[in-house]
Formats: sequence, structure tokens, C-alpha cells
Amino acid sequence: MIEIAANIAFAILGLGLLATVVRVILGPTLADRILGLDTLTTLGIGLIAVFAVRSGFYLYVDIAVALALLGFISTVAFARYLLSRGSP
Amino acid sequence: MSYVATILILIGSIFSALAALGILRFPDLYTRLHAAAKAGPLGAGLILLGAGAASGDLLTFLRCLFGLVFLIFVSPVSAHLLARAALKSGDAPVNTTSINEYRDSK
Repeated sequence: MIEIAANIAFAILGLGLLATVVRVILGPTLADRILGLDTLTTLGIGLIAVFAVRSGFYLYVDIAVALALLGFISTVAFARYLLSRGSP
Repeated sequence: MSYVATILILIGSIFSALAALGILRFPDLYTRLHAAAKAGPLGAGLILLGAGAASGDLLTFLRCLFGLVFLIFVSPVSAHLLARAALKSGDAPVNTTSINEYRDSK
């Protein structure tokens, strides 16, 4: 049963990734694109966790936690860049 | 335990997809941030909790719990930092936003 739920979650998360990629491409400002990339990382964490359930290798959970840390650091770095760049 | 994990994973993935829908549909950055800041702790966090419940292993569950707590601490910080950086670099909110205390305090 949990395999079926994992497949459904894969489909839902794939739709979410698609919507976020559209926002990253369209995004009028740089901040919108930074937000889109941050959300892509968050959706990737969920995807890796679902993959850990689907495949049975729970070592992937560690990779998901590491990706959460990396996503936070990258968002902070992009926001600092946005602050230091000033108004366009 | 398997039922709990299934329900948690489904709820988390639905929250993530709704956050992505909000990012696609909302009119400006600040309303989009409101949707995106929930995708971290609620979407990915619930999926992590579901993975921990599905594993049936205490150490794996504790690692998933650590990931959830980390997301709860980190998501508001990054959202606030991004909103502040966008506001300081002159990214105006949409016209229907009536309260802007940062602009009024200057």
C-alpha cells in the first residue's frame, strides 16, 4: 500500500516541480527566481524522502537533510547578493 | 504504523504541490513567499516524518525528526531574509497591499 502512496506522491511532487520551474522561467524579478529555486530545493527534499520510502534505502533521508542545509545556505547567499547589489 | 506513514506522505506531498501552485498563481513576491514558506516545514517536513514512520527504525526516525526541526527553524529565517532583501532593493508590493510598515517607518 505504501508503494502506491509513494507513486501518487511522486506524481503530485512532479506537478509541483513543473509549476515551480514555470515560475523560475517567467519570474519578473531576481527575487522571484531565488524564491523559485528555494522551493525547488524544498520539493527535492520531499522527493528524495519519498524515494527513500519507495526503494527501502533509508540512507537517502540523510541526503534529504543535507539538501535542506544546502538550500538554506544558498538562499541566504542569494539574499545577501540581492542586498549588496542594491536597486537595479 | 504503515497507515500513519502513508497518510503523512500524502498530506505532505499535497501541501508541497499547493505551495507550488501558490508560487505560480500569486501576484507578487511577498504573497508568493507566504505560500513558499509553508512548503518547507509542512510539505517536506511531513514527508520526512512519514518516511521516518515508514522505516520503523528509531535512529532513522530521529534523523527525520532532526530534519523536521531544522526546517521549522530555518524556513522563516530564509523567508524573512529574502523579503527584506527584495524590499530594500526596491521590489514594490502589488497595488492591493494596503499595509507597508517598512515604507511608513522611513
